Amino acid sequence: MAAEVVIDITKTFAGRTPIRARFHYSVDASTVLILFGPSGSGKTTVLRCIAGLELPEQGTVRFISRTWLDTSSKIRVSPQERRIGYMPQDYALFPTYSVLGNIAYGLGELSSVDRKKRVDELIDLFQLRGLEEAKPSELSGGQQQRVALARAVAPRPQLLLLDEPLSALDAATRLQLRGELRSLLKQLALPSMIVTHDWTEALTLGDVIAVMGNGQVLQIGLPQDVFSRPKNAEVAQIVGVETVVQGHVIEQAYGLATIRVNGMTLKALGSDAIGSSVFVCIRAEDVLLEKAGSGMTSARNHLVGKVSEIIPHGVMVQVKIECGFPLVAMVTRGAMEELSLTVGSPVIAAMKAGAVHLVPRT
Amino acid sequence: MNWTAIWITVKLAGLTAATLLVVGLPIAYWVSFSRWRWKFLIESVVALPLVLPPTVLGFYILVAIGPHSPLGRLYTDLVGSPLPFTFQGLLFASILYSLPFAVQPFATSFDQVDRKLIEASWTLGVSKLKTFFSLIVPLSTAGLVTGVVLSFAHTLGEFGVVLMVGGNIEGETRTVSIDIYDEVQALNYVGAAKTSFFLLAVSYFVLLLVYAVNRKVWAVWPQK
Repeated sequence: MAAEVVIDITKTFAGRTPIRARFHYSVDASTVLILFGPSGSGKTTVLRCIAGLELPEQGTVRFISRTWLDTSSKIRVSPQERRIGYMPQDYALFPTYSVLGNIAYGLGELSSVDRKKRVDELIDLFQLRGLEEAKPSELSGGQQQRVALARAVAPRPQLLLLDEPLSALDAATRLQLRGELRSLLKQLALPSMIVTHDWTEALTLGDVIAVMGNGQVLQIGLPQDVFSRPKNAEVAQIVGVETVVQGHVIEQAYGLATIRVNGMTLKALGSDAIGSSVFVCIRAEDVLLEKAGSGMTSARNHLVGKVSEIIPHGVMVQVKIECGFPLVAMVTRGAMEELSLTVGSPVIAAMKAGAVHLVPRT
Repeated sequence: MNWTAIWITVKLAGLTAATLLVVGLPIAYWVSFSRWRWKFLIESVVALPLVLPPTVLGFYILVAIGPHSPLGRLYTDLVGSPLPFTFQGLLFASILYSLPFAVQPFATSFDQVDRKLIEASWTLGVSKLKTFFSLIVPLSTAGLVTGVVLSFAHTLGEFGVVLMVGGNIEGETRTVSIDIYDEVQALNYVGAAKTSFFLLAVSYFVLLLVYAVNRKVWAVWPQK
């Protein structure tokens, strides 16, 4: 039997949409699952049910070979016995303990020598040297986040649960820590589940993405699949980015990166290093369509392609274009008629370099 | 001044406060953390001594520990002497009488501990009991000090319950407040004034301590 995580829970809070989350996925040593969705979609509740901090009225939670919850046979494993690392949104560092005390808090089972060794390892890994005796209130947001993460992984949990790990940070720190967090998670070789509402975070960190809306898991799959091929309009609306394809940076000059995607080249704003692997993300409303052979524009990207599908969306029309990779554009009905677009007609898709978002995948 | 009465009073108040620290913690923990739907029924019972006339409370305690009740008979069988009109009986009554003065500040301070911290402790594999002592108690020290000091001070000044349950036995159950009453009855105003001033001074000092430790937990005056 493959190592699997199986979640099937029902949880109701008075006056709110009931949460009925059902999903399963296979895990290896470092699989990162993203619970992605708008606020109020029930992501945090699902995470808390998996941690054992909320008791669903009904359902099962299975992690690999262990059953943590099965209401039908009255199995309920306490949070203490689940061996998880859990980091809530505001970190919940213990105010009466120092950085050392916080990290060592869950290591009561170890001998004092082993405990000291483990804490020392983590102080190095999380770059907290020099802050050992500081109280949480004396730390910056980024430092607090590192202490909380170090504390959560200290007892070597078998699953790491992170609730909006980056949302409490300012924009600059968040950007920096996003990349660091991914390499750290891979380094820890520990399966994790991360709640986020930020699609760049989801794409940076996730191996598998579960999209949540109205208390349900609407779609689960690989990041580029979920973003590029949403199962229905609801998922499409939640993810909000219609085109996500994988590419490589082949050139880099003054913050303008050239990316190769399936033989096509694209210009994008970004200082990602040459050779690095990225997700290229383009919103449909940022794509301009031109008739093949027309004049120059200021847009840096002109992709020659063919219309593969036309889907009306009220006053707008979603046009799918095959230009080496599938690209989605959103134009008005009038524009489509002026350009006399039909399935199969040649077209040029243009977009500014600033509309091409790069999400690093290392 | 009646030093015997003062000693009995201080001993009674000290033992009451110490017992309430032990007994009050689990009750306050339950009051603060239980999600039981009918919790308010128990909360009201704990708060009863705040509103009941001491004579009513004293009467029920007297009946409960008297020779005709199962509790009283059990105690007599175990110890060999009855509980009413003894120091032990008085201690039992004082503990019940001061219960809300310990439990309420304890519970209030537990209420103020962020539940996320407690959950974080649980997910780190730390048991509920260990979480209580290594996380909740250090975060609630102000409330614990307040509860202990208030139950001490409250016991110092109790009168009705002492009279009902303890009687007025010199060297055994005659506390300061009863001694003052006796002095006034005997028209010994000087003696009464001395002892009264002593009680006033001690009470004021004890309350100073509470307010100095923390104004938030049991503030009577509005916060500035």
